[in-house]
Amino acid sequence: MTIPAGQKILSIQELKTYFYSHQGVARAVDGVSFDLNKGEVLGVVGESGCGKSVTAQSVMQLVPDPPGKIVGGKILFHEKNLLTLPQKEIRKIRGSGIAMIFQEPMTSLNPVFTIGNQISEMFRIHKGYGKKQALLAATEMLDRVQIPSPHKRVHEYPHQLSGGMRQRVMIAMALSCDPEILIADEPTTALDVTVQAQILDLMQTLKREYNTAIQLITHDLGVIAEMTDRVVVMYAGQVVEEAKTRELFKNTLHPYTRGLLKSIPVLGKRTASDRQELTEIKGMIPSLTNLPKGCRFSNRCPQAMDICTQQAPELTGDGSGHNVRCWLHNRIQDHG
Amino acid sequence: MLAGKYATQAEREHVRIVYGLDKPYYVQYANFLTNAVKGNFGKSYISQVDALDTILERFPATFELALSAIFISITGGVLLGVVVSIKPHGILSRLIMAGSLGGISIPTFFMGILWVMVFAVYLEWLPAFGRGDTVQLGSWRTGFLTLDGLKHFIMPALTLSGYQLAVLLRLTRAGMREVLSEEYIKTAWAKGLSPFKVIIKHALRNVLIPVVTIAGLSFGELIAFSIVTESIFQWPGMGNLLLISIFENDHPVIVTYIMLAAFIILSINIVVDMLYALLNPKIRYD
Repeated sequence: MTIPAGQKILSIQELKTYFYSHQGVARAVDGVSFDLNKGEVLGVVGESGCGKSVTAQSVMQLVPDPPGKIVGGKILFHEKNLLTLPQKEIRKIRGSGIAMIFQEPMTSLNPVFTIGNQISEMFRIHKGYGKKQALLAATEMLDRVQIPSPHKRVHEYPHQLSGGMRQRVMIAMALSCDPEILIADEPTTALDVTVQAQILDLMQTLKREYNTAIQLITHDLGVIAEMTDRVVVMYAGQVVEEAKTRELFKNTLHPYTRGLLKSIPVLGKRTASDRQELTEIKGMIPSLTNLPKGCRFSNRCPQAMDICTQQAPELTGDGSGHNVRCWLHNRIQDHG
Repeated sequence: MLAGKYATQAEREHVRIVYGLDKPYYVQYANFLTNAVKGNFGKSYISQVDALDTILERFPATFELALSAIFISITGGVLLGVVVSIKPHGILSRLIMAGSLGGISIPTFFMGILWVMVFAVYLEWLPAFGRGDTVQLGSWRTGFLTLDGLKHFIMPALTLSGYQLAVLLRLTRAGMREVLSEEYIKTAWAKGLSPFKVIIKHALRNVLIPVVTIAGLSFGELIAFSIVTESIFQWPGMGNLLLISIFENDHPVIVTYIMLAAFIILSINIVVDMLYALLNPKIRYD
């Protein structure tokens, strides 16, 4: 896959989103920074609870408040800081500038309205279409996401469609107003493997057609390898590694990323000697209200050193765009 | 007893034969059933008029009262329920919730008397009892068309609606809280919809499914059992009639009333079921 030489359209800078509860403050997103370029597919990967979804919801300002609150940082969309824009401006950007699809196609569509109604709503609010015109446009969108007999389907309710179909409807809805950015929060996690492949294929095709930048959130490294140009690896609310996809798989630096890669089974290795043992990352992601001192991964890291439990490492890079937050590599850079 | 305290033995025998009370119980019951199927529930012991007609004559008064009460309950309950669910921790919300607790726990008769005391006795704004001026429309006597009639509606309708309003408010609030955390509400926000559209179109439409069910069912109950309210306000409706009939041992009227109440509740349940299908596409059949 070629890396498009695009300009930044979304820049997240030192974003901090905290959740306040009786147990204390959960720092779900704690100083996350990354950029999204025009036409690029950026993967955001990490275990459940590492802050990848909260980051996405912060961009759309969909973090439930209370208990969540964006307490710091900037989110620049075309040089405008979304965090300081008035609600009215945000509403214009939601859907038409940045669209989002969610993990659960079963529950992401409103059960009491036809899918035609739900898609045409987009055309009506963002493009000012009339009822008939919007429904026509919605039918066309269903055709674009390869739903058979769209004229019939447009009058159906979500419960009449399968999970894969519903996710297609969600994609149709998200893309209906040509957004510049599509945030896909685990779009295939809840689907069958064969349907997953179809949905990913569809997203590839549409991305080329619309030239939409995609921020793809997933915990599936297979999806990352298949789809993305660049990857951000998150752990416990922080970015721990960031690189172009091929570079990340070839030259993995962070012990956490390495752990993730080792924990996926590889098909096609027949002999016992070829087969690698599947290893898991030991332990659990730390509680966000009570993070370890120093590096947040130190308590699970097989290569932890003294300094790791004392002092938190910074995200550093060699200038090629491959950045990592780890003392192992900080030291290497210091020496050489 | 029917013949009166000072009736002679012969008069008593006569009454017994006229009402068929000389026959065995099973024959009496069979007679009652065959007549009931034909729509003939016998005559009132007191007024000697057909029992069903006596009740149906009172039906418009009760129906209109129940209608105003259910209207107040639904609009008030849903509206306040939405307000409370939007800002659950605001002062206004807390006040409304405290009030709804009162609506649920203060008994109807006490609430009615309170209303009368404040608005009729102290303030003298509203009439304390009766139905006021009415207009005859065919066989239907309505109190909606005169100002005096409307004034007479206010207190009884508020009293009758108090409990239902509180129940619907709490139901709406609980439903809204649940629905507002659903994924499809997040989708609605992500589409760029205004808060009004998200809350009124996307959320409330889902919340209304249980609310309509409960409201419909309680409408039947309001018609059938508005006895307490009607007696407080001396409302010339079916409930008041029932009370009088019970005092006077007027069995045909009591039995007819109960049959009619069952019929009303049944028919309303059917209507509610149809409305439910209309609101919830999942149970629609093609």
